[in-house]
Amino acid sequence: MPRYGMIIDVTKCNGCYNCFLACKDEFCGNDFPPYSLSQPDTGHYWMKIIEKERGRYPKVKVSYIPIPCMQCDDPSCVKGAHDGEIYQRPDGIVIIDPEKSKGKKGLISTCPYRVIYWNEEKQIPQKCTFCAHLLDNGWKKPRCVEVCPSEALIFGDLDNMESDISKKIKSNHVEFLHPEYGLKEKVLYLGLPKRFVAGSIVLGDKDECGEGVKVTLTGAREKRVTHSDNYGDFEFEGLDSNKSYVLRIDKKGYEPYKVEVKTTTDIYLGDIILKKAYKGKKK
Amino acid sequence: MEEKVFTSCTQGGPVFVYVKDGKIIRIRPLTFGEDENVPTWTIEAKGKKFSAPKRVALAPYVLAQKARTYAESRIKYPMRRVDFDPNGERHPENRGRSGYVRISWDEALDTVANEIKRIRATYGPEAIASRCSSHHEWGHIGYKFRTWGRFFNLLGFTDIFDNPDSWEGWLWGTAHAYGFWWRLGALEQCDLLEDGLKYSELIIHWCNDPDATGGVYGGQESVIWRFWLKELGKKQIFIDPYFNSTAVTMADKWIAPRPGTDAALAEAIAYVWLKEGTYDKEYISTHTIGFEEFKDYVLGKKDRIPKDPKWAEEKCQIPARVITALAREWASKRTSLAAGTRGAWGGACRAAYGTEWARLAMLLQAMQGLGKPGVSIWGTTTGAPFNADFYFPGYASDGWGMNNLAKKPAINSVTQRIYRLLLPEAILSPPIKWLGEGFCGNSLEQQFIPYVYPEPGKSEVRMLYRYGGSYIGTMTDTNRFVRMYQSPKLEFVVNQEIWWNTETRFADIILPACTNFERNDIGEWANSGGYSHNSSDVCNHRIIVYQKKCIEPLYESKSDYWIFSQLAERLGIKDDFTEGSETEEGWIKKMFDASSLPQYISFEEFKEKGYFVVPIPEDYKPTPSLRWFYEGRECDTSDNNPYKNTEKSKHLGTYSGKIEFVAQSLKKHFPRDKERPPMPRYIPSWEGHETKLAKKYPLQLISPHPRFSFHTHHDTGVKWLTEVPGHRIFKDGYYWRPVRIHPKDAEARGIKHGDIVKLYNDRGAVLCIATVTERIKPGVVHSYESSGIYDPIEPGKPGSIDRGGCINLLTPSRMISKNAPGMANNSCLIEIEKWEG
Repeated sequence: MPRYGMIIDVTKCNGCYNCFLACKDEFCGNDFPPYSLSQPDTGHYWMKIIEKERGRYPKVKVSYIPIPCMQCDDPSCVKGAHDGEIYQRPDGIVIIDPEKSKGKKGLISTCPYRVIYWNEEKQIPQKCTFCAHLLDNGWKKPRCVEVCPSEALIFGDLDNMESDISKKIKSNHVEFLHPEYGLKEKVLYLGLPKRFVAGSIVLGDKDECGEGVKVTLTGAREKRVTHSDNYGDFEFEGLDSNKSYVLRIDKKGYEPYKVEVKTTTDIYLGDIILKKAYKGKKK
Repeated sequence: MEEKVFTSCTQGGPVFVYVKDGKIIRIRPLTFGEDENVPTWTIEAKGKKFSAPKRVALAPYVLAQKARTYAESRIKYPMRRVDFDPNGERHPENRGRSGYVRISWDEALDTVANEIKRIRATYGPEAIASRCSSHHEWGHIGYKFRTWGRFFNLLGFTDIFDNPDSWEGWLWGTAHAYGFWWRLGALEQCDLLEDGLKYSELIIHWCNDPDATGGVYGGQESVIWRFWLKELGKKQIFIDPYFNSTAVTMADKWIAPRPGTDAALAEAIAYVWLKEGTYDKEYISTHTIGFEEFKDYVLGKKDRIPKDPKWAEEKCQIPARVITALAREWASKRTSLAAGTRGAWGGACRAAYGTEWARLAMLLQAMQGLGKPGVSIWGTTTGAPFNADFYFPGYASDGWGMNNLAKKPAINSVTQRIYRLLLPEAILSPPIKWLGEGFCGNSLEQQFIPYVYPEPGKSEVRMLYRYGGSYIGTMTDTNRFVRMYQSPKLEFVVNQEIWWNTETRFADIILPACTNFERNDIGEWANSGGYSHNSSDVCNHRIIVYQKKCIEPLYESKSDYWIFSQLAERLGIKDDFTEGSETEEGWIKKMFDASSLPQYISFEEFKEKGYFVVPIPEDYKPTPSLRWFYEGRECDTSDNNPYKNTEKSKHLGTYSGKIEFVAQSLKKHFPRDKERPPMPRYIPSWEGHETKLAKKYPLQLISPHPRFSFHTHHDTGVKWLTEVPGHRIFKDGYYWRPVRIHPKDAEARGIKHGDIVKLYNDRGAVLCIATVTERIKPGVVHSYESSGIYDPIEPGKPGSIDRGGCINLLTPSRMISKNAPGMANNSCLIEIEKWEG
């Protein structure tokens, strides 16, 4: 018996919404008993996509984060459904029984990820099923995975060490979207946006981009060093939130630059103009 | 009933259509069998191997085709405008305002046929004008040039020339600098994927958004190619006022010039290279002409204005030091310029004097030895390994009206023409004059042919037969079209469409056509042919599809072929029109037989399997674009270069056969044109930041091609797409079109994210929903062109505020320049305010 899971590589998602639309195509107008009744044309986001914008003009980064049902191994929705309305199949897929769950709107709040949607017309809670009806019929992957143009979605058997998904987990740092929930999610993420600190170095005396300048970031029990590129741009990516750092820029012949930053948000320091060190007088 | 699976093809890729009980239940990418031996290719670069993925990658809107097919916006029955009486009062002034009544097909067809007869008899055949929408459905037989083209060519009519609406500057400008007029100014693209992967070190996307436009018809086939480039460590820079869809995953650096100043940026880059000597002097001397004049101009020898980075900084708002750094990086690396090719033509070429940027961009590449390995003009969406020996024509190939298949060719007997951009003026205030055929693919001189409408001694147009209809969403200053439709000079207007498109509601008689899931057809994915020879190289595989009828036509809709056959019968030209084929099927078989398919597969097998993947020869030898020119050889690519096998086979399609910094064609025909001078240069926009109008309307509106629709197609009430926030956003019971605005500009106007706002200028007003974002340069606002919904608050009133999001109500109808009749949508000044309703 496989145990199905998915990896979502956020760095590969270009925000095309193919996954969202394929989900609509599969479920709108189609009943797949005993797993699901049809999805309404609008208002449901079984594959929800969040657009996260970071930084500020002209240093902007954008991530699209697709969020389906996490198919938790320790699902809070199953626990919250006291009459067996929500259950886990032997392959780990979490199913909301459309018959047993009828009229039970409260079930939508059992999920901290908020990926259960209320079908007003049918009076049932609904969500992603990993296309269980297709897997039962021999399909290898759900519709959303099939249509992803950049292979940002990887689907497979977590228990099979030879599967693409297992190999990917082995060789990469995968994360839960919300590890704090502790639900043993089987949808895992790569490249979730963290915080960055960035800036653009200008050599003030020449009005040139400061290339190859050493930049040091110290704080949160680590020290990172980078060098600016040919535009004078530097960046420290993948920082934790709400941490304090000291950023230092050192270039021979120029006054050092030092600033304290806190990653309450992503930080673009803008143009940092290095002043020529005054010759002769050393302090 | 059992589930059945049919094959079909769309503008964004081939599909499997699952049908149960006569209803489409699923539309999935065409999927190869696990054990199926699918022809592939392998490219080796930097020790890595890249092969054609064994799958197809669809455009997003294709996955909403089920919702589109069953959308409420389908035209269900033949309709007559309620206050239109062909034998009495016609009330043209009410077009766009009045409702419709359902009529029978017989009444509809009789009315249309009788009006055609009456108008032909009264005024002559030229009094009927027609044009169909582009990109509306896929299929060789059903697509516009075939069925529609055959009918109207047999009838004789005033055709309406299309303008090259996506790549204006490249035709009206760059063609004069490097030829390729037979590709309407776009460079041949053969094998540039391999060239890019192997040799390019830097890709500069200059207002290029391939993830949004997908090489026109290539769906998302090329997305994976850009990830390969990334995997190989090739840097990608985006020059665009908007941090676009492709930049999201690919941008190593974003540079956002002020709209209309790209040509100044290009000149400053050239300046740095000239000053630092970092250009290919040998190539310049052997492969180009006019360089000295260009050099003197850029250095400011005569006018004492050096076009240096400081000079450009003031115009572009890009720091001079960044321009210098960009120029140095460009010169130091083998760079591919991603602009000017399929789906990647760039907003800067659809602007005032867009000819200048488009020429300069190409000339920059000439300074770096265009044609050298890794130095190309390649939008990263084209140039997959391609078996060009396999013949299957594109929809625009080999003659209109199925002339490649028919015994009797259909040739339009009428010579009178109208230019699409001037259609309203042609009706409202003739005569009109313009230069060139629009799609000038036969010669450079074709661009200089003067046209006048009406032709001397000929009738004006009295009847307009629109097939599809999107002008209000796609053209410029489109309140003009509203006014045109209400003119009494148009005695009769027909609209044949599948959905209620922007112009449908202006017709007197509406004929409901069916989708290509409701009839048979045959087509090759992404192959447009014609002026884009071998254009299916935007896909990983050449896939030819037998497009099977999956369901019966919905409601009372009929196939276009049936509709035109019925009209042809009433007009006495049915035998010529059908040549004995009562349905599309006969023509499909003719098409099959005329292609290379029979060498590989029988018609029965092809129908049964539903598709054929064109094999790639094992000994495939790439012939990269322009390598022949760079190496001084005869053209060896698969391009339909007319000079091949002639004494000019080593030449480009310019007068000199070389790249021309000073265009000899322009020098000969328009030597004193200051708006498109023989030598390109930055010219301040006639509707840019430096004009007086900018005081009244300080925001610059850019409106690139949309990502989640194909022009207006797929945006006529397709519910699922309305939930894609980059496309439409739901608020207060309505699906609004987003406008992207920088936080500073929003704050200054008291606008918050999600507010309904009014975009306006002297030409019109459009309501959108504000998306406040750092992805747009301050001072610039972005909203996709081609709204498929035109929804005026006061129906039928030209100039009414539109809720649908038809941004082109605001764009100027002024042409790129006096002698370059392209449209300039991206030169548009507006103001925005919060809409209080």
